[in-house]
Amino acid sequence: MMRRYHLIPVAIFIALAGGLYVGLDPDRNPKAVPSALIDQPVPEFALPPVEGRGLGLASADLRGEVALVNVFASWCGPCRVEHPLLMDLAAKRVVAVHGINYKDQPKAAAEWLLRLGDPYTRTGADRDGRVSIDWGVYGVPETFVVDRAGRIRYKHVGPLQADDLEQKILPLIRRLQG
Amino acid sequence: MMRARCLALVLVLLAAGARAETVLPDPASEARAVELHKSLRCLVCQNQSIHDSNADLAVDLRQIVRERVAAGESDAGVVDYVVRRYGDFVLLRPPVKASTYLLWFGPALILLAGATAAFRFLRRARAAGLGAPAPLSDQERRTLAALRDGREP
Repeated sequence: MMRRYHLIPVAIFIALAGGLYVGLDPDRNPKAVPSALIDQPVPEFALPPVEGRGLGLASADLRGEVALVNVFASWCGPCRVEHPLLMDLAAKRVVAVHGINYKDQPKAAAEWLLRLGDPYTRTGADRDGRVSIDWGVYGVPETFVVDRAGRIRYKHVGPLQADDLEQKILPLIRRLQG
Repeated sequence: MMRARCLALVLVLLAAGARAETVLPDPASEARAVELHKSLRCLVCQNQSIHDSNADLAVDLRQIVRERVAAGESDAGVVDYVVRRYGDFVLLRPPVKASTYLLWFGPALILLAGATAAFRFLRRARAAGLGAPAPLSDQERRTLAALRDGREP
């Protein structure tokens, strides 16, 4: 009878240690906000292309094929870090890559794409950032995986890294395409 | 004097630049908007409300809240607009629902568990007579009597 109670502190310790162990996971980003839009249709929007590009981006363009939508800006340092990965992805033609240009100067955005290369099939210039807010964007870069039905299936916050692509994003894309 | 005035002008311009936003003309609506701003978390600097934050996104969200208040939307409607995009995380006061029961009622549960444990412990201690000193044994009684009489025990 008495002995059972002695296990309570042990149980509390194990629960606490377990919680702290999860909290110490180096891959966990405590600032990442779970997206409210996962499995929701993309918001209704229509954006003109970045200056000098032909194709704008609208919700209708995101139906019919699996797509990667990357929110970027020329003033955003981490966007430059992930840029080569997007170029590589576009060159391999694994998936349609589209860009939403967040609160950028038209000239600066055009120059960025000219100088560094343009991985995007379609671009949407979101000058006032309102469309990005509809997408639940809170910091560039952010990358979304959209399925054939035009639903958001995954969101990545921060610059893409090779590991994120290999382990999470590309397997998901293959599954959605399969 | 002249220099002080220049400095004041520069400060006013700086402040205006930092908060490039328009306040609602109707003071009651603006007050409502500000109350809503205080209840919404800024997602860029996550321990501030959008009222306190000068992040670009916070300025935009403040403006969106003002527009919706001015358009006659209810407080719940405005909050719902932001929650649909950013989730419950933006609410500085989390809603009471199944996934937050532990958060809301956990402290009361822990207090209850502690009080129950303390109550049971005290009751058992009293039942076992731990509260009162144990009666003296015969040996102790004899020793005490000897000391009282001034003899060697």
